[in-house]
Amino acid sequence: MRRALTVIHALGLMLVVFSVAYVIPVATALIYADGTLLLDFLLAMVWTVAAGVLMWMLTRRHKGELSIRHGYLLVVTMWTAMPVFATIPLLLVIPDLSFTDAYFETMSGMTTTGATVLTGLDTLPPAINIWRHELNWLGGLGIIVLAVAVLPLLGIGGRQLFKAETPGPMKESALTPRIADTARSLWVVYVAITLACIGALKWAGMDWLDAVCHAFSAMGLGGFSTHDASVGYFNSPLIEFVMIVFMLLAVLNFSTHFLALRAKSLRVYLHDAEAVASLVLILSSCFGIAFFLWWNDVYPEFLTALRHASFNLVSIATSSGYASVDYAQWPIFAPLWMMFLTAIAASSGSTGGGIKMMRTLVLVKQAGREFLRLLHPAVVNPMKIGGHVVPNSIVFAVLGFIFLYFMTIVTLTFVLLISGMDFISAFTAVLASVNNCGPGLGTVGPASNYQGLTDFQTWVCTFGMLVGRLEIFTVLILFTPHFWRR
Amino acid sequence: MKILILGAGQVGSTVAESLVGEANDITVVDSDGDKLRQLQERLDLRTLTGNAAHPSVLEQAGIADADMLLAVTQSDEVNLVACKLAATLYNTPTRIARIRATDYLERPEVFSADNFCVDFSICPEQILTEYIVKLIEFPEALQVQRFSQGKAALAAVRAIEGGPLVGKPLSFLRTHMPQIETRVAAIFRKDGPLIPEGNTVIEEGDEIFFIAATGNIRSVLNEMHRMDKPNKRVMIVGGGNIGRRLAKTLENDYQVKLIEHNKKSCERLAGELTNTLVLNGDGTDEKLMQQEHIDEIDVFCALTNDDENNIMSSLLAKQGGARKVIALINRSAYVDLLQGGKIDIALSPAQVTIGSLLAYVRQGDVVAVHSLRRGAAEALELVVHGDRLSSRVAGRLIGEIDLPKGATIGAIVRGDQVIMGHRDVLIEAEDHVIVFVINKAMVKKVEKLFQVSVGFF
Repeated sequence: MRRALTVIHALGLMLVVFSVAYVIPVATALIYADGTLLLDFLLAMVWTVAAGVLMWMLTRRHKGELSIRHGYLLVVTMWTAMPVFATIPLLLVIPDLSFTDAYFETMSGMTTTGATVLTGLDTLPPAINIWRHELNWLGGLGIIVLAVAVLPLLGIGGRQLFKAETPGPMKESALTPRIADTARSLWVVYVAITLACIGALKWAGMDWLDAVCHAFSAMGLGGFSTHDASVGYFNSPLIEFVMIVFMLLAVLNFSTHFLALRAKSLRVYLHDAEAVASLVLILSSCFGIAFFLWWNDVYPEFLTALRHASFNLVSIATSSGYASVDYAQWPIFAPLWMMFLTAIAASSGSTGGGIKMMRTLVLVKQAGREFLRLLHPAVVNPMKIGGHVVPNSIVFAVLGFIFLYFMTIVTLTFVLLISGMDFISAFTAVLASVNNCGPGLGTVGPASNYQGLTDFQTWVCTFGMLVGRLEIFTVLILFTPHFWRR
Repeated sequence: MKILILGAGQVGSTVAESLVGEANDITVVDSDGDKLRQLQERLDLRTLTGNAAHPSVLEQAGIADADMLLAVTQSDEVNLVACKLAATLYNTPTRIARIRATDYLERPEVFSADNFCVDFSICPEQILTEYIVKLIEFPEALQVQRFSQGKAALAAVRAIEGGPLVGKPLSFLRTHMPQIETRVAAIFRKDGPLIPEGNTVIEEGDEIFFIAATGNIRSVLNEMHRMDKPNKRVMIVGGGNIGRRLAKTLENDYQVKLIEHNKKSCERLAGELTNTLVLNGDGTDEKLMQQEHIDEIDVFCALTNDDENNIMSSLLAKQGGARKVIALINRSAYVDLLQGGKIDIALSPAQVTIGSLLAYVRQGDVVAVHSLRRGAAEALELVVHGDRLSSRVAGRLIGEIDLPKGATIGAIVRGDQVIMGHRDVLIEAEDHVIVFVINKAMVKKVEKLFQVSVGFF
C-alpha cells in the first residue's frame, strides 16, 4: 500500500503539469471569443490542478525514490488518470455524452488511437476539437519519451534492445539526469516537426484551425480529424501528400530524427535498420496495393489507385487512422493487409503502435536462426541487428511479448464475440485498438465509428487501447501477485 | 650489428635464431626467465629477464649502443613504449615493432616520429593470413610470394601427371606459351635442388619454383598442374588471431565455416564475422566434420595453437575427403616430416613471417626476403645502386655478373615492367632484382655483391 501512496504523490505532480495542456483550448476559446467554453475549460483546469495538489499534499509523507516497481504503477496510473480529467470539458460541453463514451474518446486521444464515438465533428466548437487533437499530440509526445527514456529501464519485452540500438546520447543507461536530457532533445524534435507540419498543411490549403488540428493528430499518429469525412473532406491530393510525408516521419524513431538533425545528414536513417525496413515495407506495399486495386478495376486509372492506396495504406499502416475513401469497400485483401502492417510497421521510439518493427526483425531473424540450427547443430549464431549482437535474454523477452500480444488480441476478440459482435468487426476492432490504429472494418469501419458499440464493448476497446499503448507487460504485470508481494 | 630483441615468444626466438647465424650480437629481453634459459641453451646470445618497457631494463640490455631494436613482445603497448623510449632516451637508429591491433595499424600517424617513433611495424598474423589467402586463391600452388608491391610473384607448384609440361624439357615452356614470360628459378627433386637448364626434363613430383608477372601466375600454374576447379568452400579450425583474420578476409568471397572449441570465443567470433558459419566443437571431431560435409570442402585450414591438434584434424579432414588441407605447424621438425604427405601444405608461421623482419635487418638494399622450403632456400628482392664503376651489378648484363653458384636472377622489376632474368638483360641502377638462392649459406655473398663500393659515396 505504501507503494501506491508514493506513486499517488508523483501522480499528483504529474496532474498539475498536465493541467498546463488546457492553455491551448483556453487560448482557442479566447480567439474564437467563446465565453462559455472559456469558462468550461478554466473550470476543468482548476479541478485538475486541485485534484493534483490534493493528491500531492495528502501523500507528502510518503515522498520517496521511485523504484522500478513504482515505475510500472506510475506509468499505468498516469495513462488511466489523465484521460479521466481530460473528459471534464467534453462532459461539460457535449450534451448527452456518457462518461463511458467520453473516457473512450479521451483514452483514444491519449493513446494516439484516433477512434471516435462522436459524430458531427464538423459542428463541434473549435476549442473542443483542438482539445481532442491536442490529446493525440500529447499522447504521442508522452509515448516517445516513455518508449525511449523510461520503458527500456523497465526492460519490458525486449525494450532494452531499442535502447541499445539508439546510438549517441541515448546509449547511457543511468536513470537520472540523462533521462531529462534525452526527453528534452526529443521534445524539441517533436515540436519542430509539428511546426513544420502545421506550416505545410496551411500551405497545402487548410485553414489554420484544421492545419493545427491535423498536424497534432498526424504527429501523434492518432488520426483524429475535425471532419466526419476525415481527410476525404478536403479531397486534395496535395494535402494527402503532405500528410503522407509527415506520417512517415512520425512512424520513424524520433531519436533517429534527432541524430539526423544534429549530424545534418540523411545517412543516419540508412544506419537505422528499423527505419529502412519500415519504409521499404510501407512504400512497396503502397505500390502493390495500388496495382492490386487497379488490376481488380476498383479504380480505372493507376494513378488514382496509387493516390488512394498510398494515403489510406500509409494512414493505417502507421497506425494513424485517417481515411480519404471508404477502403472497407475494397476487396478484402487490401484492408486486411493494411491492418496487418499496422501491427508491425511502426519503429520503436515513434508514436506508432503495434509490435514495432524492431521486434518484427527479431522474430524474423530468430526464425532464420532456427533454420540454421537445424541444418548445422553445432552452429553458434548470435542474433545481430545492425551489426550488434542481441543477447538471447532479449530474444526471449521479445518472444514472450509476442505471445502476450497475440493472446491479448485473441482473448479480447473472444470477449467481443461473446458480447454479440460479428467476427470481422470484433477482430478488427480489437486489432485497431491494441495497435492504436483507430478504424477497423465492418461496423467499426472507416465509414462509421465506435458509436454503435455497447458500453461493455466500448470498455473492452478502451482497455485494449491502454494495454496496446503501454506495451502489454506494463499493464498486465499489475495483475500478477508477485508485483504486490514484498 | 648489435640487435636488441624484446620478447622471446615464437617470433622473437625465430628471429633470434636466424640472426645469430648471420654474425650479429643479439640480446633478448623477456619477462619469462624460463623461455630465455631455453633460448640461451640453444643459441649463442645474451638474455635478460625483466619488463621490456622499463628504461632500466633496456639500459641493462645495452640499448645505448644497439643498432636496432626489435620489439616483438605479445603486447602492442609494450612494443610501442619501448620504441618511443629507444628513440627519445637512447637514439637507437632503427626501431621495429610488432603491432597486432588493427586499431593502431589503421592510424599510421601513431608510428610517426612525433609519436611512438616506430620505423617499421610488422604484424605476423596479418602476413600469415595474406599468405594463406594467396594459397586459397591459387589452389594449385604450394607457395606464392609477392615482390615489388605485387607486380611480380614467385610460385611453387608440384608437377603432377596430366600437366602439359610434365615429362618435357623446360625449353618447351617457351615454345608452348610464347606470349607469357616466365622463368623457372629452381627445381627440387626428391628434396635435392637442381639448377634448371633448358634441357632439364620435368618429372612428376618435382617441386618447381618459377617467377612471373603476377597476372601470369595462373596460366603458368596450369602448365605444370592440370587445372583444379577454383576453391569455393573453406573450413577453418581454430578461431584465434589467424583463424579470425582469415575468416574475415575470405568470408565475402568464399563459403567459410569456422570451428572453434571455446564457446565464449565462438560467440565473440560470430558477433564479429558476418558471413562465416561459426561452429562450436572440437577440430578433431570427425562426426562434426561429417555433419558439416567435410567431403565437399575445398580447402581445410587447421590453425589452432596446438601442432598435434592441427596435424590430427588435417589428417582427419583429408581422410574425410577435403580436397586440400593446410596445417599450421610451429615445430620445424614436424614440418619436414609432413609436407608432401597426406597434408598438402604444412605451414611454419615463423618461416612465413620472418622474411619481412629479415628484410629490415639485412644489409644492402634488401626490400623483401622470403623463406622457401622451410628456410633452406631464400628469394630476395634487392635494389641496385651506383654504376658500372662503383657496383658489381649495375650497368652489366646478367650473364656478366659473378653470382655464386646456386643463385639465379629470376626477374627484374623496372618501374611497372617485369623483365625475365635472361643472360642478355642489362641491369640498370634502381632496378629491383629478384634473386633466388637455393642454399641459405650463399645469402651473405649475394648481399655483398649488391653493395656499392665505398667510392660511390
